[in-house]
Amino acid sequence: MWASGLTVLAILLVITGFVVIRGIGAIDLEFISAMPIAGGREGGILPMIVGTLCIIAISTIVATPIAVASGIYLTEYAGTHPLSKIVTFGAEWLAGIPSIIFGLFGFAFFVVLLEWGFSILSGGMILACMILNETIRTTQEAIKAVPGSYREASYALGATKWQTVSRVVLPSAAPGILTGVILGIGRAAGETAALMLTAGSFMALPTSLFSSVRPMSLHVYLLAIAEIHPGAVARAFGTATLLILTVLIANLSSRAIKNYYTRGLRQER
Amino acid sequence: MSYTGERLKIVVRNLNVYYGKTQALKDVSLDVQANKVTAVIGPSGCGKSTFIRTLNRMNDIIPGTRVEGKITLEGQDIYGNNVSAVEVRRRVGMVFQKSNPFPKSIFENVAYGLRINGLITRESGSLRERIEKALADAALWDEVKDRLNTSAFELSIGQQQRLCIARALAIEPEVILFDEPCSALDPIATAKIEDLLRDLKSKYTIVIVTHSMQQAARVSDLTGFFLLGEMVEYGLTSEIFSRPKDKRTEDYITGRFG
Repeated sequence: MWASGLTVLAILLVITGFVVIRGIGAIDLEFISAMPIAGGREGGILPMIVGTLCIIAISTIVATPIAVASGIYLTEYAGTHPLSKIVTFGAEWLAGIPSIIFGLFGFAFFVVLLEWGFSILSGGMILACMILNETIRTTQEAIKAVPGSYREASYALGATKWQTVSRVVLPSAAPGILTGVILGIGRAAGETAALMLTAGSFMALPTSLFSSVRPMSLHVYLLAIAEIHPGAVARAFGTATLLILTVLIANLSSRAIKNYYTRGLRQER
Repeated sequence: MSYTGERLKIVVRNLNVYYGKTQALKDVSLDVQANKVTAVIGPSGCGKSTFIRTLNRMNDIIPGTRVEGKITLEGQDIYGNNVSAVEVRRRVGMVFQKSNPFPKSIFENVAYGLRINGLITRESGSLRERIEKALADAALWDEVKDRLNTSAFELSIGQQQRLCIARALAIEPEVILFDEPCSALDPIATAKIEDLLRDLKSKYTIVIVTHSMQQAARVSDLTGFFLLGEMVEYGLTSEIFSRPKDKRTEDYITGRFG
């Protein structure tokens, strides 16, 4: 049994180690602050970093309120209503759809039909759809983890359901919900296929929501499939290393928040 | 059973409570007198907690609960069509078995009920006064007056329970229900709460569920003995403990079971 655990660790270390060792040398101040030169074979990746951040911001701003509201509805209000099962099933199904299909839809709907073009907005909207399920699920879990005794105390003071949910349950669940949002950000940072068909691959700094950008993940792909060029390969690994670090930081910070939060709860006893 | 000359606060008639198909209370009728402490005693599973939770409609939040019979508060049917559970709970407060302060400051715990019920005006002075009064009435003010903004979780369990009492007192209910309030407390903390109960009855009507017969004897004016969902006997505490009429009551209070 322990050998299987070691295998998992080994796979993790080999993959990240291989990428980071080959990529870390490419990362310096210039790499993250300069414009790309010669199609990214030389220079930095500033526009890609900015583009990724913009898309993540849009997807988080759009997805979080919808997902948190759905999570509250499903846990607090739906009860055994048939709609509850349908929504849960729908959200899970949404999460199971291959990302290239999200991309295809995003291209046909946001890019072409709504005439948003390849843009931060199109990419951000499609990513919002992709992280909905996970944020709904973490919201539900966070709400269910709030001790029933808080609710009882609130009701016993003459609070309505909404007062109890908004003033007692949600503040207590907020750290848990936040960890879900951060995990969603980590997932969004790495998404490639769906963005290829919605955000485009334009290598300039964006000037508006309708600017096309080249996200970091897509930049890795495009550099890697280009002709073999030492500068391109080094920069692909450098960008990949930054992405790994982003996801790692997202995971660690969500874990830190969760730990802090559960410690707070334990003091209750 | 009623005693002439006493004012009735709550009248319970033919109360039956079901959780799904299980019947938890069978045909309970009881009068709660104003400004008295009424104790409800009995072994585990006798329905005493279920009973007290019908008085502020807390059972409403448990799905599958059905309540039959009639409970009136000052003559008003609290399960009537035109009465909301929120309104009932505003008038009938409750303190639970395990202290359950909110994860907020001491101040905000007491302020919560005032805020949600719209009982505070814009001047913060009056809010502070009401909170000081509630904490003082719960015999906690002197211990917390210098740290109102610290987390309620930093208090001892006994202090947390008195904070929960202060929180219930702040909105000035007419009746306060105590559901085994001392079961997690040491003897000193228990004694403080019992002193408090005796003080509070001049202003409030109190119903307390307890598994401790000694506690019922110490704090209550009237006692009801519950067994297997039925109310076996109800009367003056002094009489229940010295001359019980029912054999089952006598067996229980003399420690033959329970």
